[in-house]
Amino acid sequence: MSALVIAEHDNASIKGATLNTVTAALACGGDVHVLVAGHNAAAAAAAAAQIVGVSKVIHADSDSLAHGLAENVAAQVLAIAAHYSHILFPATAAGKNVAPRVAAKLDVAQISEITQVDSPDTFERPIYAGNAIATVQCTDAIKVLTVRATGFDAAAATGGSAAVESAEALADSGKSSFKGSEIAKNDRPELTAAKIIVSGGRALGSAEKFNEVMTPLADKLGAAIGASRAAVDAGYAANDLQVGQTGKIVAPQLYVACGISGAIQHLAGMKDSKVIVAINKDPEAPIFSVADFGLEADLFVAVPELVSAL
Amino acid sequence: MKILVPVKRVVDYNVKVRVKSDGTGVDIANVKMSMNPFDEIAIEEAVRLREKGVASEVIAVSCGVTQCQETLRTAMAIGADRGILVETPADLDLQPLAVAKLLKALFDKEQPGLMILGKQAIDDDCNQTGQMLAALADVSQATFASKIEIADGKASVTREIDGGLEILSITLPAVVTTDLRLNEPRYVTLPNIMKAKKKQLDIFKPEDLGVDVTPRIKTLKVSEPAKRSAGIKVADVATLVDKLKNVAKVI
Repeated sequence: MSALVIAEHDNASIKGATLNTVTAALACGGDVHVLVAGHNAAAAAAAAAQIVGVSKVIHADSDSLAHGLAENVAAQVLAIAAHYSHILFPATAAGKNVAPRVAAKLDVAQISEITQVDSPDTFERPIYAGNAIATVQCTDAIKVLTVRATGFDAAAATGGSAAVESAEALADSGKSSFKGSEIAKNDRPELTAAKIIVSGGRALGSAEKFNEVMTPLADKLGAAIGASRAAVDAGYAANDLQVGQTGKIVAPQLYVACGISGAIQHLAGMKDSKVIVAINKDPEAPIFSVADFGLEADLFVAVPELVSAL
Repeated sequence: MKILVPVKRVVDYNVKVRVKSDGTGVDIANVKMSMNPFDEIAIEEAVRLREKGVASEVIAVSCGVTQCQETLRTAMAIGADRGILVETPADLDLQPLAVAKLLKALFDKEQPGLMILGKQAIDDDCNQTGQMLAALADVSQATFASKIEIADGKASVTREIDGGLEILSITLPAVVTTDLRLNEPRYVTLPNIMKAKKKQLDIFKPEDLGVDVTPRIKTLKVSEPAKRSAGIKVADVATLVDKLKNVAKVI
């Protein structure tokens, strides 16, 4: 029995979610191998070899693997899939894109966003945006899993010394091609990976006010900015900032909700945060029922005050 | 070009689901059911492509219980031209791989140029069916789309990825799954609801399509998530900062 982890990387380094996925793979029992499929990705493969608990790194290198196209990466995984009892992907945009493709080609189920490994065939995963936890048993020979990073500790990134083996890269599928990307260039951490998130709601009143009030707080805390659906629907914040059932599911160390009432679908997206702070002038706001620290105050006064107090 | 759009009937996103006391699942008896929000976006996009003259026909498909016909009528009220229900028994746990196989059978039958799916359903939160369908049909895929442009047998799709956007060019036929920013679905009007009632709706069984829908995953237990312990209210900003620094130790 051994497990294969598909590394999330940028060819130069390994992304953090890979480390949590290695921990989940170790919990499944057996050896853990890591596949680094990329282009000019020797540095990423070398970094993967350092992860504690990894016994082998398989490095496939080709320009067809440069941008993580689902068709090509899935084929690369399928070429070695038969050797493994478990195939694990981080539950990131990239992992979620490829994992079901692999599972379907193997004619096995896929289990999404596991948060716990109970036994090699039994896993826990949130359903209904985390409003219920399902314990599921997979009857297929190969378990294809995506791993929610917030459910597992990160494996140590250095200290290991796995062998790196080269694998032949497969030919490009010819079905899709990468045309470009726009990666947000700000220094702010990514919403789903941020340790601290400051989030604004409808009470901000306008896009200008949203920026004026929330940005200094985010800057001061080195935080990502989130928003409630109400704030997004009103046009105060971009859609990709939306935290909630139909937006991003987050679980930072600290979540500061400013002027967010706490609708069910918002709570679903952030209630696994370690510490929740709510600033709201309505004492009856449901957000206070999940907040560790509630401050009943006008956010236009309290937030600037908070910025200068930090 | 035909566009196939699968739609799922799920618990309405405004409903707070309750876990059944016997731990067998969540209680969905007498709960409001609606179309999965991401699927609504998928239907809207397909209808817009037809309105632009890119597509000739939009076919909505639903797999599940007989009440999914209501979901299909909603899809047709938004503008889908006809509907297909693959009806399964109420006691069957219909899982993404099985749905993908049913859709693959319909792909073979209808030969659509494009299949647009919601990126995930808000009940099981799987985020699998589109990618599985693409794999089984052996076509290209672009998931989490925020923009779709069709020209010369290809789709240019802008995808929402972690940290930003990515643009792919994929050869048709293909699968695209929708993210929230793709469009804002139109409101369904009464005349369109009336019109939808007259549109064609075909019903198949999985056996008709030669698909085995046996579940591969067994749900052993469904439980409540760990409850958050009740917090405290703080009097002012200074106390809040003190608590965060010295009690919670998060800043």
